[in-house]
Amino acid sequence: MKTIKEKHSLAMRWCHWVNFPILTIMIWSGMLIYWGNDTYTFGLFGHTFFRFFPKWFNDALNIPGRLAEGMAFHFLFMWFFTINGVVYILYTVFSGEWRELVPKRNSFKEAWQVLLHDLHIRKIAPPQNKYNAAQRIAYTAIIVMGIGSVITGLAIYKPVQFNTLTWLCGGYHAARIEHFVLTIGYVFFFIVHVVQVVLAGWRNFQSVITGFEVVNDKPQPVIKPTADEK
Amino acid sequence: MKSNPKPKKVKKPLTIEQKINRRTFISFGTFAVLSGAAYGGWNWLKNSPKEMRTVTAGAKVPLRRALNKTELFFRNFFSNNNLVKTYPKERAAKVVRYNSGIGLQTEPDIESWRLQVKKQSGEVLNITLDELKSLPKTEIVFDFKCVEGWDQISHWGGVKFSDFIHHFKLDDQAKLDYVGLVTPDKKYYVGLDMPSAMHPQTLLAYEMNDRPLTPKHGQPLRLIIPVKYGIKNLKCIGAMSFSNQRPPDYWAEQGYDYYSGL
Repeated sequence: MKTIKEKHSLAMRWCHWVNFPILTIMIWSGMLIYWGNDTYTFGLFGHTFFRFFPKWFNDALNIPGRLAEGMAFHFLFMWFFTINGVVYILYTVFSGEWRELVPKRNSFKEAWQVLLHDLHIRKIAPPQNKYNAAQRIAYTAIIVMGIGSVITGLAIYKPVQFNTLTWLCGGYHAARIEHFVLTIGYVFFFIVHVVQVVLAGWRNFQSVITGFEVVNDKPQPVIKPTADEK
Repeated sequence: MKSNPKPKKVKKPLTIEQKINRRTFISFGTFAVLSGAAYGGWNWLKNSPKEMRTVTAGAKVPLRRALNKTELFFRNFFSNNNLVKTYPKERAAKVVRYNSGIGLQTEPDIESWRLQVKKQSGEVLNITLDELKSLPKTEIVFDFKCVEGWDQISHWGGVKFSDFIHHFKLDDQAKLDYVGLVTPDKKYYVGLDMPSAMHPQTLLAYEMNDRPLTPKHGQPLRLIIPVKYGIKNLKCIGAMSFSNQRPPDYWAEQGYDYYSGL
């Protein structure tokens, strides 16, 4: 028999889907701004492997020569990005949902096992509740990164008025690099996230819109949660 | 066949299948409507007209409004006690980046150069470089920040703007909301809110790296205003004026934030 299993709260779904277009706009407008001084490269031992960004890439996305426009978009949508993030954090804290999200002491060890399992190297995944250890780390890290983007962003935006933040980031120059690296981090997160969602299948994806999953109560081999999971 | 013209509706409890369908329909429906609204909102913003040309131009109307509102919010954090970080002289760049020559096409004759200060009354002061140099000199070594995203530690010397105001008895002018600066050829101009101009680190600079300014860096006198992006640090000042209306600003006419404060 089928049963409805509640999975994602309305607040979580709301913040997730509101964040998606906002973050997209922030990254896009950020690229318009970065173009104004696109000096970052990725290199090792004196050899440059990649330059952010190649000309064909900028041209394809119509990036060049839109600095003022980029700043105007960035400094409007920064408000929505921050407010949405604050709402989500307050919600997880006061609802108690943070307990399902924050990594636990054994999460880092387990995350490795999850990774090996996902790569089909290890047969069984460690037991989990709503989120597995790797998800706990990823979904907490992305929030820490979000906070980081706001702090490094403010440090670049008002380096004199918020000079303490700028100092905290290691100075203006460093803050701009950190702000950029965090953005690259989002892109990597997005790629891994989407691959995982595709692999997890439609039912899992649907639950982030509907909030529930349909469970078939046919007896299935289930790996029982260990005592310390509860 | 129904014999009763008004059949009684008995509310049966929804089956699990119905519940699933209903909730799925509502959720996906809401999701689709909100996605459509978001897409519509984005299109509205993207296709919104450019602002009418006033002291600002070039930005879309809603975005300009947002820039101005955001300025009002962050103005609450502005204070003369918030200072730009300063560095020892050795950290200053020997080769100072030259980024723009707008307003510098015709080199001013240094001998005949005067700083024209236009009071609101119409009275004009013509101040020589020597008069400015006779005032106490203030030096600053700070990280100059360009709106493009680069920054460079540089070393400047000159008269503190607030010292200049007091010395030339312009305190009543400094009560107005804005100060405007223009190059002698009038090709480059900036408008500054008075609190930023009166910030203790704002200089009318005549020296760079202990030497008189070079033509490329705005000889004989330029503005150094660390609480603003480089675009506000006008090179080669010809005239200064005071007003309660925002003076014209070169880059604010190109879609940049009028205030561009740091």
